[in-house]
Amino acid sequence: MPLRPSNHLTLNRITMATPAIQVENISKRYGKNVLALNQVSLEVGQGELFGLIGPDGAGKTTLIRILATLLLADKGYAAVNGWEVRRDYRQIRSHIGYMPGRFSLYQDLSVEENLHFFATIFGTTIKENYELIRDIYVQLEPFRTRKAGKLSGGMKQKLALCCALIHKPVVLLLDEPTTGVDPVSRKEFWEMLKRLKEKGIAILVSTPYMDEASLCNRVALIQKGAILSIDEPEKIVSGFDKPLLAVRTNDMYRLIHDLRDFESTHSAFPFGEFVHLSLNNPIWPEAIHAYLAGKQHTGIEIKPAQATIEDAFMELMTQGEMVD
Amino acid sequence: MKQFGIFIQKELFHILRDRRTLFILLGMPMALVLLFGFAITNEIDNARIAILDQSKGEMSQEITQRLVASGYFLIDENLQEVAQIEQHFRQGKTKMAVIFPSELQENMRRNLPTQIQLIADATDPNTATTLINYASAIIGQYVQEQARGQAMPMLIRTEVKMLYNPRLKSVFMFVPGVMTVILMLVSAMMTSIAITREKELGTMEVLLASPLKPAMIIVGKVIPYILLALANTVVILLLGTFVFGMPVRGSLALLGLECLLFVIAALSLGILISTRTDSQQVAMLISLMVLMLPTILLSGFIFPIESMPKVLQVISNIIPAKWFIIILKNIMLKGTGAEFVWKESLILAGMTLFFIGVSVRNFKIRLE
Repeated sequence: MPLRPSNHLTLNRITMATPAIQVENISKRYGKNVLALNQVSLEVGQGELFGLIGPDGAGKTTLIRILATLLLADKGYAAVNGWEVRRDYRQIRSHIGYMPGRFSLYQDLSVEENLHFFATIFGTTIKENYELIRDIYVQLEPFRTRKAGKLSGGMKQKLALCCALIHKPVVLLLDEPTTGVDPVSRKEFWEMLKRLKEKGIAILVSTPYMDEASLCNRVALIQKGAILSIDEPEKIVSGFDKPLLAVRTNDMYRLIHDLRDFESTHSAFPFGEFVHLSLNNPIWPEAIHAYLAGKQHTGIEIKPAQATIEDAFMELMTQGEMVD
Repeated sequence: MKQFGIFIQKELFHILRDRRTLFILLGMPMALVLLFGFAITNEIDNARIAILDQSKGEMSQEITQRLVASGYFLIDENLQEVAQIEQHFRQGKTKMAVIFPSELQENMRRNLPTQIQLIADATDPNTATTLINYASAIIGQYVQEQARGQAMPMLIRTEVKMLYNPRLKSVFMFVPGVMTVILMLVSAMMTSIAITREKELGTMEVLLASPLKPAMIIVGKVIPYILLALANTVVILLLGTFVFGMPVRGSLALLGLECLLFVIAALSLGILISTRTDSQQVAMLISLMVLMLPTILLSGFIFPIESMPKVLQVISNIIPAKWFIIILKNIMLKGTGAEFVWKESLILAGMTLFFIGVSVRNFKIRLE
């Protein structure tokens, strides 16, 4: 296991070269039967916005907690900004911003009191680093004296982000910050992350929403504790090479089942108000139309579709299932 | 230091903003002291008794008068025959019956042994025993007075003097007891709940991922409860002194120090509980079952340790409350100084160190 120097003298020299987050073959088991992480490796560069995408129970939270020094991995090497997570946990705790998946601020303290509390325990003041949080905090300012427990979901997450940022961390670890937040606030939240990235803060953000992947520099798709793919979102999309059609009829539920029974179908998934149908071999849409009409579908609409990151993920995940 | 200050401030906000809990914490000691003082008392006042006077002489009359004059007894009825006694008890009207035999006067005069029968309703054993004791003492004194000047070679006189609590007021018993229970409750239960609440709400996760040292988190959470517990101590002492006339004969400073020692012992127990559990519910249950019950039952607060079975007597030695109650009684009632309570204090201090040691070993710097 390679160990990195962690004293202050070498700090400046290594930060340029060392990745913000380094994970090598990390495994973590809960009890005897649950393998939460299986040989996970990834690397997040300085100033990179990195997405960890996967369904519930994929191991996202476990990985983030290991990086936040809150859990110990069974095997493997992990480091944040060159600090090894087990040995240098004190260094990491002083220099990262961590936002847990569950809202974890003091509900009976006001917005301002929460922020002041977290600034002080990190040995700084709101004033000192106000510049960093200003964009976010201006939206919270009108509710300064409101108790955190009485804020809306989106506001809570913005406050939590402020609290995680107030000590000017070098790395931000965000565990599903947009889960349970309305679409408008989600969009705003991602814009904030983008601006933070531009200020040079490396960000690891996990999310179950696949459409958020395209907002990251790079994403890792994780499922059942294993990483399926790590790449830039565009490259993941272009990796999807099967013919894709969007299909709609008046009975969507039956449509998915009927399409999955169709001989040339590779996969069929609901996608908004359409079903995205990928095919094993190119065939004429008329053939599908005839097949569906034969199954008593009405209002049939079929059109070619542009593959999105979600199609690519669904494809990768189906492959992952088949390996199982 | 600044970090520590803001942490305590935050903790005070939690306590002060949870009005209901605060009200219970401050109101409960008062309610308990007043309850024990006025309602739950085993002192005897105007107990109703029945008299069956078969001798119908002046001696039985005088004894009856003495009984009434003591203030403890009230004549409910003068019975005519033995059969009425049981009927009377069944109706639940009387607590005790006094039966003077017909040969009372005669035997006394001739210096022969004679018997006066006392029958008590022992459905409430404590009251029955107390009534019998009081009545025996009054009758015994009367007999001795009558015998004065006469030669009574076989008689042994016992002179009883109740030290430190001459009037046997139960207040002297329960004020130290209630104080112990309240301090245990506020210190151990409230801290274990406060710490597990941070775990339950997920805020402990954020605190752990911050540069705060675990010791600072714990000490910061505990200090406001020390203040709260000491405030309760003052309230109980004031109520005990001014409402019930409980004396504090020893040094107040020593008393304060001993209270602080016990509070720290209880806090360390609370911390220990919180390191072993993640939910407020479990923390509360453990506090109640493992701490409160022994504190009430095995500390000598309600049941005298000397009259317990040997096993429980041995177990009572590991109950911090037992030692604290001994210390309290020594200082408040006997007015003794540190030279007489150092041993008990040392035991308490040792227990505290042990609990803190185990807590530190058990405290996790990570989530698992």
